[in-house]
Amino acid sequence: MIVGFVEHEGGQVLEASLQAITLGRRLAEQLGGPFHAVAVGADAAAGADRLGPFGVTSVHVVDHERLDAFAPAAWAQGLVEVIEAVGAATVVAAGTERGNEVMAHAGARLGAPMAANCVDVAAEAGDADGSLRVTRQRWGGSLLEDAELAGPVRILTVAPHAIRAEEASASVAATPSVERVTPALTDADLIVRVTGRVEAGTGGVSLAEARVVVGGGRGVGGADGFAELEELAELLGGAVGCSRVATSLGWRPHADQVGQTGTRIAPDLYIACGISGAMQHIVGCRSAKHVLAINTDPEAPMVTRADWAVIGDLHTILPALVGAIRQARTAATGVP
Amino acid sequence: MPLNVLVCVKRVPTTGGRITVTADGQDIDTRFLGFTVSPHEECAVEEAVRLIERFGGSTAVLTLGPAQAVEQLQDAMALGIDRGILLETGDEDWDPSATAAAIVEAIRSAEADANAGGEPFDLVLFGNEAADTGDYQVGIRVAQALGRPCVSGVKALEVDADAGTAAARREAPGGWEVFGFPLPAVVTVKEGINLPRFPSLPGRVRARKKEILRVGPARREGGLRKVRLHVPKEQERAVEVLGHGPDAVPRVVEVLQRLGVLS
Repeated sequence: MIVGFVEHEGGQVLEASLQAITLGRRLAEQLGGPFHAVAVGADAAAGADRLGPFGVTSVHVVDHERLDAFAPAAWAQGLVEVIEAVGAATVVAAGTERGNEVMAHAGARLGAPMAANCVDVAAEAGDADGSLRVTRQRWGGSLLEDAELAGPVRILTVAPHAIRAEEASASVAATPSVERVTPALTDADLIVRVTGRVEAGTGGVSLAEARVVVGGGRGVGGADGFAELEELAELLGGAVGCSRVATSLGWRPHADQVGQTGTRIAPDLYIACGISGAMQHIVGCRSAKHVLAINTDPEAPMVTRADWAVIGDLHTILPALVGAIRQARTAATGVP
Repeated sequence: MPLNVLVCVKRVPTTGGRITVTADGQDIDTRFLGFTVSPHEECAVEEAVRLIERFGGSTAVLTLGPAQAVEQLQDAMALGIDRGILLETGDEDWDPSATAAAIVEAIRSAEADANAGGEPFDLVLFGNEAADTGDYQVGIRVAQALGRPCVSGVKALEVDADAGTAAARREAPGGWEVFGFPLPAVVTVKEGINLPRFPSLPGRVRARKKEILRVGPARREGGLRKVRLHVPKEQERAVEVLGHGPDAVPRVVEVLQRLGVLS
C-alpha cells in the first residue's frame, strides 16, 4: 500500500504534490494495490475531487482543533497514524520545504529511511522485502544518485519540477472516499508551531517570479557596480539577482542570491553579468528559458551555457545597452 | 545566562563549474578540488560564535567524516568555536539515519561527561541540508531522538538566554513564518541568517591549540544505500556570441526585441 502526502492551499492542491502523486501512482500501478492520500486540515477535503483523476482512491483528512497553525511534528504524527492504520509501506510527498520537513519528522518517528528529492522510483525486481530503487538529486540536481531504499516503511520525496503531473487513464478515475482522522497529539508535538506571520514588503518584482532577471557576480567589482544592473533591470521591468560571491562579500543582500542556497529563478530571460557560472549558481538559474551572458572570459561556464553572449567588460557594455534601450523606446513611442 | 552551543558541520568538496564522477561511480572525482563545509553550515558556525559573543558560554563543533575533516573543525575553531569533536569514519557511506544516530550518541556522551565540562547543549545547530547529499533530515532525526523541539530552515534567530526561550523566522511564500520555542532545542539554519566573517591569522593560530576529541563511532546500517552516482544529461546550448564590447549592443537590443521584453 502506498500513501501520498498532499499539500494544499485552502483545498487547492499544490502542483508539486500532484507531481509527487503522479510518481506514487506509477509505483502503485507497478506493485498493484490501492493508492491513498493524506492531507492536513479540515479544508483539505475540498481537494479530494482533484486527486481522484490521479488515481487516489481514498483521502485521509487529518484534522484536530490544535492544528490550526503549521506544526511540523504534529503534522508528522497525523501522517504516522494514517501510515500505521492503513499499513502503508511506501510514503511519497513533494520535495518542498514542508514536504521534506514533515517527511523527515515522520521518518524519525517511525525509524524509517527517507530519500529526499527523488526524480524516479521503481520496485526492485524480484525483491521480496519490497525495497525500492530510487534516483535522487544531489548537489541541487547537478548530480544524480541511484540508491536502494529499504525498510518496513520507506519514505521518499519527489523533487519539484522533475516530473510532469499526469492524470491516470480514465478507467481508474473515480471520486475518492474521504476519511477523517483525529490524531492523538501531545503538547510536545505542538511546541514548534507557527505563532505568527510577517508579510513581505510589496516593493519591486520578486526574484522568483520575475520575467527578466539581471544577475551580477564577481565581475561587477563591488556594491556600487550594481547600480548599472539595477538601471537595466528597471528598464526591463525585471529584478536584480546575484551570485553567491556577491553576497559573501557583502555587496548584495542574501535575498538577491540566485543559487543552490538562494533563490531558484525561472525567468524568460536571465542576463548574467560578470558571473563565471559555478555549479551552485547554475542550479539556481537552470529553469531560465533564455540566458544572455556578459563576461570577459569566453570560456566561462556561464558563457558556454548561455544562448547568447557578449564578450567584454560589463561596465562599458551595460551603460551602452541602457542608452540604446532608452533610444529604442523613444523612437518607438516618441516619449523619452 | 551563558549558553552552551553545539554546531554540526560536514566536509564537502568545493565544486567549481562541473562535477565529474570516478570510474566506479561511487564518488565525486575530488583530485583537483579543495574541501569546505556546506554554505548553510558556515552560517551555523557564525551564528554559534555570535551567540557566545553576546551571552558568553561555550561552543563546540562536531563533524562525522574522514580524518581529514579535522581541517573543517579547525576552520570553525579559527572563527571562534572553542573545541572540536570528530566522529571519524572510514571509506564507507553513512546514510542520514546512521549519521544522526552517531551524532545523538556523541551529544549524549558530551553532555554527560562532567570532566570535559559536560553540560546540556542549549542549542544544537545544523545546516538545513548538506550541499552534497541534500538529505534534509539529519537535524530533525537528532532532535526526535533527543526529545527536543526542532525548527528547520531558519533565517533569523533571537535567543533569550535568561528566559531559556528562542524565536525563529523562516521564509514562507509571500513573507515569513515565526516560531517561538523553549530551549534546549535543535535549529537547522539557512544561508542568509548572517554574513559569516573571514578567519583571522591569530584565529588560525589559536585554533591549532584547541582541543579536538576523536571518537570512532559504530556504524549502524541505515535504509538508504548509494548504488551509483551519475551526472545528468544537460541540454547543450549552442552559444551565439553577439559580439565584443559595446559594439555588440545593437544585436543585444535585437534579441531583447525578439523576446518581447522591451515592450
